[in-house]
Amino acid sequence: MTWSRVGLPAVIVLMALTFSVLNPNFYSALNLRNVARQSAILSLTACGQTMVVLSGGFDLSVGMVIGLISVAASLVMVETGLWTGMLAGVLMGVGIGAINGVMVAKMHLPPFIATLAMLSAARGVALILSGGLPITDLPRDFRWLGAGQVLTLPLPAVIAAIVFVGCHLLMKKTRFGRYVYAIGGNEEAATYAGVPVARYKISVWALHGLLVGVAAVVLTSRAVSGHATLGEGAELESIAATVIGGTALGRGRGSIANTLLGVVAMGILTNGLNLVNVSTYYQMVAMGVIIAGAVYVDQWRHRGD
Amino acid sequence: MRGIVKAFGAVEALRGADLTLGVAEVLGLVGDNAAGKSTLMKILTGVHRPDAGEIVFEGRAVAFHSPRDSRALGIEMIYQNLALAPNLDVVGNVFLGRERTKRVLPRVMEWLDERRMDAETRKILDRLKIRMDSVRAPVARLSGGQQQAVAIARAVSFNARVVVMDEPTASLAVKEVGKVLALVSELRAKQVSVILISHRLQDVFTVADRVMVLRGGRGALDTRIGDTTMDEVVKYIVGADTGGLSHLASGR
Repeated sequence: MTWSRVGLPAVIVLMALTFSVLNPNFYSALNLRNVARQSAILSLTACGQTMVVLSGGFDLSVGMVIGLISVAASLVMVETGLWTGMLAGVLMGVGIGAINGVMVAKMHLPPFIATLAMLSAARGVALILSGGLPITDLPRDFRWLGAGQVLTLPLPAVIAAIVFVGCHLLMKKTRFGRYVYAIGGNEEAATYAGVPVARYKISVWALHGLLVGVAAVVLTSRAVSGHATLGEGAELESIAATVIGGTALGRGRGSIANTLLGVVAMGILTNGLNLVNVSTYYQMVAMGVIIAGAVYVDQWRHRGD
Repeated sequence: MRGIVKAFGAVEALRGADLTLGVAEVLGLVGDNAAGKSTLMKILTGVHRPDAGEIVFEGRAVAFHSPRDSRALGIEMIYQNLALAPNLDVVGNVFLGRERTKRVLPRVMEWLDERRMDAETRKILDRLKIRMDSVRAPVARLSGGQQQAVAIARAVSFNARVVVMDEPTASLAVKEVGKVLALVSELRAKQVSVILISHRLQDVFTVADRVMVLRGGRGALDTRIGDTTMDEVVKYIVGADTGGLSHLASGR
């Protein structure tokens, strides 16, 4: 509790101060808008990941699924047009999410195995479909999704904001959210209380898949082409934002609001490190350390719960 | 429950067990580990279906196909460990599975009516004289006794007529055992019947009106608490008075 209410906000302020001292450009409107734009994709995947984690799962396949959807949606778009391509991407996300959900809820595979299997399969299909090459010649209008603005705000950030508010209300105000928490906290208690556990699990995975689909389509627009490798690392980033925010793996504790802070912290960190010229390779190392550290600290704080 | 028989494959868990429970009566159900206590209770709550025998509830023969059926008649079971979601607060647990909602947009969106569930939870706790600082604390932060109280409040909020408690005091500190037993008496005062499964005979003798001993899938003793002693009950549990040791040795 104190971490997400006090500790993490303090860390965020501290990072912002540090980076603005190290590089005066940090606080420029242009850069902040960049942070928002870059964080938008992470916001989508992290919201989905958080809901799945709250239900007791977690998804390692996010990155490769983004790649697959990027390729597939691009192919559909080139063949049939802008809107059908975007719709196909989002629906594919729902379908893949539902398959992950069925593997976890009906076949009782551990999420680690189910989503690792999905990762491999998605990667393979993406490479088969694309032959390892980027898919270009996307409609010109498609660029607007990733690069457009609404009232001077980057469109992807606006989408992310809507998703955050929607997911927050869903988790806190509705029966759906209550059941996701209950399943994550004690699946047997939820079952005994008459909650249709499998149905809710599959639904939360499908919803996560929908957000991954949207993220993939937006990311494809930003890249102006479909790539099998477009989402590389997205699974770890979304898990990192979730656990840094304070949502615990496998205990049904945490919230979408926590994850918003996690996303902001990740966004500032990545952007700040870029501004002070820390290479992406070092950033990957930092990410590994941060994930392990965040989960360790969480376990240590909740010993004996 | 009359003449209940239940076998799992070659294992006969129950071999014609009878159980009667009066209105507002507390029955202590005791017996060794494989005596059939939990199987009998799972039949009463509709988890298992009996191979033979009948259940009569308030003068009517009934058949339960699922826990939902028994719950509809007001039979609630409080399991040892799977009763509560530790991450949800007291209100969330009491109302889990039948949340009160209010319409935001008719037919499209319903939000949880937290204020109403909050008020109803307080009312139930008051009725059972359960004192709790906050109904908004995650139950993981409550003591074992308080968690047991939340589980009981949950059962009562279904308007339960019969509450089955599986070892409610097994993992509690001594100080809290008394509180849970007081709650059992409170249930009886509210005309709720209770079946108390317990290894702790002193609990049964403190709070129960009757005690029933199951052994080898059959009733071995069924008597008023005032008519027996702990020593006698122990004898029936281990079967010493019927040549229990040779009985065990014969492998039955």
